[in-house]
Amino acid sequence: MRRNWMKWSLWVVAVVVLSLPVASWAQLTTQDIAARDNMEAHVGNLTGHANSGQAKYDYRRYCVGCHGDLGDGNGEVAQWLDPPMWPKPRDFQLGIFKCRSTPTGTLPTDQDLYDAISRGFDRSAMPIWNVFTKQQRVDLVAFVKHFSPRFVSEKPGTPIQIPPEPEVTADRVKNGREIFARVQCWKCHGVTGQANGPSASTLQDDLGRPIAAFNFTEGARPKCGSTDQDIYRIFMTGLDGTPMPSFADNIKPDEAWDLVFYLRTLMAQPSKEKDIARQLGLKPVSPNP
Amino acid sequence: MNRQQVFVSVLAITVLVCCGSLLLNKTVSAAGEGKITGTVKLDGEAPHMKPIDMSKDPYCVKANPTPQKFQNVVAGSGGGLENVVLYISDGLSNPTESTAVQVFDQKNCMYSPHVLAMDIGQTFKVQTSDQTAHNIHPNPNPMTGNIPWNQSQPPGAPPVEKSWKATEFIEVKCNIHPWMHGWFAVVKGPYAVTDENGNFTIQNVPPGSYTVSAWQEVYGTQTAKVTVAAGGSAKADFTFKAK
Repeated sequence: MRRNWMKWSLWVVAVVVLSLPVASWAQLTTQDIAARDNMEAHVGNLTGHANSGQAKYDYRRYCVGCHGDLGDGNGEVAQWLDPPMWPKPRDFQLGIFKCRSTPTGTLPTDQDLYDAISRGFDRSAMPIWNVFTKQQRVDLVAFVKHFSPRFVSEKPGTPIQIPPEPEVTADRVKNGREIFARVQCWKCHGVTGQANGPSASTLQDDLGRPIAAFNFTEGARPKCGSTDQDIYRIFMTGLDGTPMPSFADNIKPDEAWDLVFYLRTLMAQPSKEKDIARQLGLKPVSPNP
Repeated sequence: MNRQQVFVSVLAITVLVCCGSLLLNKTVSAAGEGKITGTVKLDGEAPHMKPIDMSKDPYCVKANPTPQKFQNVVAGSGGGLENVVLYISDGLSNPTESTAVQVFDQKNCMYSPHVLAMDIGQTFKVQTSDQTAHNIHPNPNPMTGNIPWNQSQPPGAPPVEKSWKATEFIEVKCNIHPWMHGWFAVVKGPYAVTDENGNFTIQNVPPGSYTVSAWQEVYGTQTAKVTVAAGGSAKADFTFKAK
């Protein structure tokens, strides 16, 4: 009887001791998995849920072909997309996104991901998903986030402050040209904005795949949006995962508007800035100052 | 005491000792820190490092009257291997943190140093001495906790101050000058990088027995066991086979 009792207590202690590390590990991972399964997204007054039937249905119906079951960008179609003409689908697991309102090296906000889904990506296989209701899109934002553990362990960055857009003047356009020369945008984008700068031909993304600099002159929409605010945000946050760096440390917030105005003069679309450049007879910057 | 009580108390003590040793698995960092010195050599002929074609950027060509060579393997005349990172990969439980701010310079369109070693959380400063634009673009694996970033460095750019959260050998590149390639070697605890003769000294090593690792970007990692006495100096030499 006594012997039985000892045996029993030995078993209990052995089981408890052995299960301690397993239990703590299991607790961590199940918590982590639960946090990801229950991921939410907040845009305006809408809340999206990764575990909603709609999000799962929409992802499997519309997104999985390119972005894959695991959100790693290896869907069936991905193999047929050849960069730089056709960028590969985003790997959601890494949590690295081009189009953000947040500084380089930080997670995007829910609004940023919502805008990316709504806007689509020009010159890529990613269409504009404005067929979805707002609620569907916010649910998909939550679903996209649930693929990356980073959205559990990190908070999104603080969006950069964009001062109100000033009036376009000749001085501002001229100053924008100075900035374009000083920070040497032309190294990749070319002095005329034709994406033919000396470094354009060797550009690679973070995964070693060829990538093209934006050509301002052929009427294409920038991938992260074409409003003045979008363009401001692109060079002040950088496009993470690509060669495009953040210029936040090297261009003052108000001056950044001048660069936006100068970039407009390089674009094919008619604009007030283009008229000013024509009147001023602005020449492309010199690559050898 | 009957047998049952003896048994239970022995069991309880065993469990306590086991848990205690798990919790207190630390050597107390005492005064009298020692060091680990040694030499890293390359056995065989160093692979040919191609001269770099910098014709993309006239500034870079002008800055280097004799063309620079790639720095993936840099061996001195005596076979000493430069830019090897030495660190303690096992046995260190309470490392003192390195606090000095290190500098990673972009100079003459090259990285100086080619390999910058640092402690977890140690601040380093990226600066530019060049009159041409760079971008500084480290590419760690975000799953480690080290998040990639990408900052412009035009002429006169203010320095960028950063640190890393996890141990990792992080490649750093400039997309504008694709030959620019270096490393941030993030390790835990004291470290050293070999000089042009392959010599190194890891300072501030508390007494104890350790595994020392030597990491070279092409040849990988080697390890050696050393014991450091209080205030003493241990020796660890490494030889990588040229391939």
